[in-house]
Amino acid sequence: MKQATRQLLLDPLHLQNPITLQVLGICSALAITTTVETALLMCGALTFVLVCSNTIVSLIRNLIPGSVRIITQLAIISSLVMIADEILQAYFYSLAKELTVFVGLIVTNCIVMGRAEAFAMANPPLRSALDGLANSMGYNLVLIGVGLIRELFGTGKVLGYSIFPDGYEPNGLMVLSPGAFLIIGIFIWIQRSISPEMNEDS
Amino acid sequence: MDFSNRYILGFSLALCLICATAVSALHESVVEKQKANAILDKQINILRVAGLLDSETTPSQSEVDVMFEDVDAKVINQATGDTLHDQNPWQYNALKAAKASTSGVDASELPSGPRALAKQIQVKRLPKSLIVYEVQKPGKECLVLPIWGNGLWSLLQGFVAIDLSGNRVIGITFFSHKETAGLGGEIDNPEWKAQWPGKILFKDGAVAATVVKKGAVKDPTIQVDGIAGATITSLAVGRSVHLWLGESGYGPFLNKLQEVTP
Repeated sequence: MKQATRQLLLDPLHLQNPITLQVLGICSALAITTTVETALLMCGALTFVLVCSNTIVSLIRNLIPGSVRIITQLAIISSLVMIADEILQAYFYSLAKELTVFVGLIVTNCIVMGRAEAFAMANPPLRSALDGLANSMGYNLVLIGVGLIRELFGTGKVLGYSIFPDGYEPNGLMVLSPGAFLIIGIFIWIQRSISPEMNEDS
Repeated sequence: MDFSNRYILGFSLALCLICATAVSALHESVVEKQKANAILDKQINILRVAGLLDSETTPSQSEVDVMFEDVDAKVINQATGDTLHDQNPWQYNALKAAKASTSGVDASELPSGPRALAKQIQVKRLPKSLIVYEVQKPGKECLVLPIWGNGLWSLLQGFVAIDLSGNRVIGITFFSHKETAGLGGEIDNPEWKAQWPGKILFKDGAVAATVVKKGAVKDPTIQVDGIAGATITSLAVGRSVHLWLGESGYGPFLNKLQEVTP
């Protein structure tokens, strides 16, 4: 694999992770990571929206007038979000009900808009699609990680299956949003300890 | 790159048309499935609030149909409490009926008590006919009554289950709302809902069961503790119960029931 492609695919997972380095998309990362199941559904929805929006924006990037480019990106992103929401409501109704507001909020997820404006507007479709995929994987990695820890310690289960013995006293903090904040904070700490180049110059 | 104004206008118009067409085409193709999901979800909620189904299992439509053999639905006249046999309860939509001038009344025409309640939970119109679900499964007999009212952001739609004498709450649940997850959304929390069963519904001829601000419970036989950080949503739940079980809601029907089964 060429160096550039590898960077494109791997950087968002660690060195340029949208959540832990760029600290984008935090709202949904806090809100829907109480269980792995909702986190997975959100990951699916975001991956769909991000890959499609990057591809579409990139395909028509030379046709988009600079003066209306942001609203154009927004129109494309929100249409995709509505499509994702419709599909979730038709095929994953009970889960979609828990996610309702947050699926809609993908429109304002800075990762989507950020990638469209910063990458897809200046790169060909295939590379943009890969960039979208890689960035959503970076987001998914954190989301599933946080969801796993929160569900495990908050309820003693993972995906509904009991992991800890019956006597386990669930940790209430894990179910609340501050628990997600703490976990993401710990993730950032671990990442920066492994790769000191992620630290900003003070 | 420079674009003329005409191009920008044309581009925006085309973009809007394409986006709108794509979204509406998809919506049309899945809307029937969504509607079926919504009905199934409502039925599951009726079964859960009546205690026929635990909150863990999600049955299929055919399983729900079997369970619904024990559930009878009827449309009643709000003012008299009489059953209206000419209405099909599985097709009647009370929320929709309230909006029409022939089948609903304006909240401003209500007596002062219910009028104030309706104003607090922003219920502008009430239906002249209401739906009652009668659960007839032996040992689990109860009435499930649809209720609604506005919380902080959205319309809360739910059911309250009460025993046949109309004296005690068996359960409460909301099948549709868009309150903030983690705050108002906690009305779905099983621990919060668990406060409801056993609450006394009526005292001295008036609805007694109610929700108070978090930490302000004085009489646990009638008062439910509100949710921290979601006082408006919590109080709206209590007010919805008050409005719909009172004289402008199911009150006449429940009174009639008590006359028949003393």
